[in-house]
Amino acid sequence: MGGELRFVQGNETCVEAALYAGLDFFAGYPITPSTEIAELMSSRLPQRGGRFLQMEDEIASICAIIGASLTGSKVMTATSGPGFSLMQEGLGYAIMAEIPCVIVDVQRGGPSTGLPTKVSQGDINQARWGIHGDHAIVALTASNHQDVFSITVDAFNFSETYRTPVILLFDEVIGHMRERLEVPEPGEIHLVERLKTSVREGVDYHPYLQREDGRLPMSDFGGVHRYNVTGLFHDMWGFPSENPRVVHELMRHLMDKIENHVDKMTRYREYFVEDAEVLLVSYGSSARSSLHMVTDRRQHGEKVGLLELQTLWPFPSALVREKARNAEYVVVVEMNMGQVLQSVKASVERPERVFLANRVDGTLITPIDIRNILRLIQGKGV
Amino acid sequence: MAVRDYIRERFFPHIWCPGCGHGIVLNGLVRAVDHLGLKKNDIVMVSGIGCSSRIAGYLDFHTLHTIHGRALAFAIGVKMSRPDLTLLVPMGDGDALSIGGNHFIHACRRNIDMTAIVMNNRVYGMTGGQFSPLSGHGTMATTAPYSNIDQEFDVVTLATAAGATFVARATAYHVQQLPDILEEAIRHKGFSVVEVMTPCPTYFGRKNKEGSVVKMMDNLKTGTTPIGSKAKQENPSLIERGIFVKKEMPEYCAEYQKIIERAMKGM
Repeated sequence: MGGELRFVQGNETCVEAALYAGLDFFAGYPITPSTEIAELMSSRLPQRGGRFLQMEDEIASICAIIGASLTGSKVMTATSGPGFSLMQEGLGYAIMAEIPCVIVDVQRGGPSTGLPTKVSQGDINQARWGIHGDHAIVALTASNHQDVFSITVDAFNFSETYRTPVILLFDEVIGHMRERLEVPEPGEIHLVERLKTSVREGVDYHPYLQREDGRLPMSDFGGVHRYNVTGLFHDMWGFPSENPRVVHELMRHLMDKIENHVDKMTRYREYFVEDAEVLLVSYGSSARSSLHMVTDRRQHGEKVGLLELQTLWPFPSALVREKARNAEYVVVVEMNMGQVLQSVKASVERPERVFLANRVDGTLITPIDIRNILRLIQGKGV
Repeated sequence: MAVRDYIRERFFPHIWCPGCGHGIVLNGLVRAVDHLGLKKNDIVMVSGIGCSSRIAGYLDFHTLHTIHGRALAFAIGVKMSRPDLTLLVPMGDGDALSIGGNHFIHACRRNIDMTAIVMNNRVYGMTGGQFSPLSGHGTMATTAPYSNIDQEFDVVTLATAAGATFVARATAYHVQQLPDILEEAIRHKGFSVVEVMTPCPTYFGRKNKEGSVVKMMDNLKTGTTPIGSKAKQENPSLIERGIFVKKEMPEYCAEYQKIIERAMKGM
């Protein structure tokens, strides 16, 4: 990398990365701790001919970006817990209508208004199951600003590749913490652009007919193909259908296009995993404390390792199972009551060796917290 | 072009009940668009959920059938990205003013160039006849079996107070006036609201013993009067129809273009 050096917040990093990925349109509503994203977008987007909208609420924000995406724009919104709850309806629509868009949730304490300015990782399961109905979902995260940058670009790339909303699950510490960022040079990270249809004017275009590789080329609203977009189950022209075969095939398609590409969407980092007797599994800001603890204990000769997940959904079960195979203890470090814990337990052999190290008091879990909990698990006392 | 050139004929006959006024609104819209000479590729129709919203599926434009109450929010995203396109947003009365009430007033306030059509049949038809915020005090509905105690909105007053720069009311009975008003609304550079009073004989009519569709249509004829007519002075209970508001204000997309120019100059 030979890019510009910056000292920035995670929220600012997310903005830089979205612009790098080619963002054209942002709509949002003020909410702590994500507001800096909207503020920076209002200044940066029009400088390059893009558009920023402050809407009347989060419901309108996600609806506006879906509308903008249909004209061919790369789009994003950003919020936190309560706003993310309001966005679930629009998120479901974007899944059903297969609209590329990126939704950032900078997590704070919940439920309800909760802890507006404090850290939490309590929205992992809302990201997975916040909307009604069966569906597959993509949610990504990161623990440092260099990774926030690359995972944000990944989010746009996945949303375009799979025609799906992608959720970025950051947390208050990542959003507000300042650290070094080396902004990649243009072209350094591959960008996926909107796949446009090659069907000519006057020829029947099927917006929901898959190519052989499973992708759906799009035609922009305002272009030469007029078609229908709906949140109802629909046929390959986009028109509502209750035909059981059409319904079944669309449901399978919406699941398969994500679940069959887990490998392509799995992003992670690993530290000292190879010979680890104790494997920590963490993500986001709690992975920073985990890494600190692991590095420290290694200096004392303890065989502790860390698997840091960046892709949370679809859950990388095969990866977790493989990395945890030889560990005596698997400790999931997260700032909630055990949301990723459940997925880890469901993924590994001998789930009885999987434990939780958490904090749910609005305070960042520390390396000492993790070490103390580990000692309790090992029966050593604190 | 002929009317049939604007419709997706393979989806006809439509789902609306016999006597429903929504088809008349569809007809009026097509005639207005045809008279304006707009190209089908330049029109995006965004609708919400309910009987009214099905209008989008029948018309051969770019059509976006969204979620209940949110049509205007989606439409704003489309329009801001492509200000050159013509946005038509048909909604029902519950759709636009109950679940979508907040989006409605804020769209009025922004004065973004699009045409909102509130197809007001005073009832939730698709779910089976519940009262809407337009039903009015004393009406009967499947969720108001002892009569409705909710007061109603006046769409025209609400839109005017919220800042819409074009506000009109038409009815499904006055089929000559409807396309003229819609045409003027679409031509207006700003946020236009057209309330179209339309009969729902299946639910509102039956529950309120309004009689046949012919009788309901006759009520639209005899119960309304042109704005400022002598009849209104003599009988204040008459509902006025016509264009109430038509004024020039800065349009949202044009204002944002100025923001882009300022931002690019680094000001």
